[in-house]
Amino acid sequence: MARERSAAIVGIHEYPSRDVEGTVSPLQIKAECAAKALADAGLAWRDVDAVYDASEGGPMSGLSICEYFGVKPNVIDTTNVGGSSYEYHAAHARRDIAAGKARVALLTYGSTAHSNAFAIGVGGRGGGGVGPADNMESFTGMTLVANYAMVARRHMHQYGTTSEQLAEISVATRLHAMRNPEAVAAMTALEFLDIRETTIADVVNSRVIADPLHLLECCMISDGGGAVVIAAPEVARDCAKPPVWILGTGEATKYPENGGDITVSAATQSGPAAFAEAGVRPSEIDIAMIYDSFSITVLTILEDLGFCPKGEGGRWVAGGRLRFDRPKDGPALNTDGGGLSSNHPGMRGIFLLIEAARQLRGESCSQVNGAKLAVAHGNGGMLGSRHCAGTVVLGRN
Amino acid sequence: MADAKRPLPNPNEYDTREFWAATKEQKLVYQQCDHCGTVVFHPRRHCTGCLGNALSWREAAGTGTVYTFSVVRQSYHPFFRAQVPYAVAWIDLDEGPRILSNIIGVADPAKDVAIGQRVTVVWEPHEDLSIPLFRPA
Ligand SMILES: [Zn+2]
Repeated sequence: MARERSAAIVGIHEYPSRDVEGTVSPLQIKAECAAKALADAGLAWRDVDAVYDASEGGPMSGLSICEYFGVKPNVIDTTNVGGSSYEYHAAHARRDIAAGKARVALLTYGSTAHSNAFAIGVGGRGGGGVGPADNMESFTGMTLVANYAMVARRHMHQYGTTSEQLAEISVATRLHAMRNPEAVAAMTALEFLDIRETTIADVVNSRVIADPLHLLECCMISDGGGAVVIAAPEVARDCAKPPVWILGTGEATKYPENGGDITVSAATQSGPAAFAEAGVRPSEIDIAMIYDSFSITVLTILEDLGFCPKGEGGRWVAGGRLRFDRPKDGPALNTDGGGLSSNHPGMRGIFLLIEAARQLRGESCSQVNGAKLAVAHGNGGMLGSRHCAGTVVLGRN
Repeated sequence: MADAKRPLPNPNEYDTREFWAATKEQKLVYQQCDHCGTVVFHPRRHCTGCLGNALSWREAAGTGTVYTFSVVRQSYHPFFRAQVPYAVAWIDLDEGPRILSNIIGVADPAKDVAIGQRVTVVWEPHEDLSIPLFRPA
């Protein structure tokens, strides 16, 4: 299948601070990132004719964010599927550009989850009544960490996966974080103890938050944000930076079903669709930007995207396979340091696109030499109950 | 917060109100489609297997098997923080529904709960409804 080149990432920006100490709002972070991503592309506010927004900055954002930015786009898309929203936005931007509805698409994200002391992972669940599913579950005190931990427990039971194997994901991610000054600054600002490269033993000896997941298998809660500019080929040709083409995309849902397999994520549906559209096999991928809310999220999704057979993920990741300096062994994982060790303000999906674009431009702190193909996979919602998956396959010129 | 209470379901939620009403009599109920036989759970007004909505309520025996579980060690919730460590589990009822609940009545949830373990419902009564919890059978 031809690798259709109908839209490319041409501008990126990641907000550098992970602790804004109440000095800026999520909207201000979004606008600052948007301006810097547009400048990165060599474009301006007036060029934006499509806006994609997950409404994390406030209600009815299709209107309010346009007014705030001061743009009047022809295409407005407010898809919100949690942390995977930005992979959906990239897919929709490419679709809209290919259809001739827009030429320059703007995606932004801003959050002050850390400053707001928002206990995402261990806040427990509030009272019932939001909807029927929540009304059947919130009485149990299932924390978000426990939700994911139940996937890990079942994965261990079904396939013999070990905590040591899951720890490989944390170790590789931290290695990459230590090479990224913004990630080191983030861990410092968030008062991580003992900021250094970690070992398998460090991870499995860290405190258990919800069995079998340990502290060092859980993402941070930071402030932050970012922006991505996606443009049509005729615009991309004249942009300041080389284009990073969106080659294929996929979307899918997963929710609890009686008799279902909790170890299988929606990536089994979104991944093959994206790879088929791109005409790319997982074995060709140089960079895997996978939403690392927890170690088990990555392990499950690596399998479901087809990097290894289902259930083999634990054995496959062992021995440091995911490091940036072992390109012959498979893709480098989360080379920015991931949500585990660099940036997780609640909905990390936009950073997956940003770091994948850096790699394909040759700008990463843990650069894989000659990286040609990347996959960004967002998981929004909760792995162990209901989530959306968005897969985006990206390639350079 | 000694007076912190378990967060209770909304007994008037449209799709699940019959389920919670039955818990007052300590009955664990689920729906099955008269037309296609699909077991529907969580409760809904429509069948997810066919286009019908002729769903009959059936009473489950209250026995099942632990599909997977986790032991929560850290919670900031005012009620649950006092309960740690406690086990949260997905339980496959013998009739087919998969229900989320807690496994109680064990000395050490990290050691005494296992995937595949047989469990049976125990009820925690409240004013308007009862909460279905499970203990080893
Ligand atoms: Zn039916």
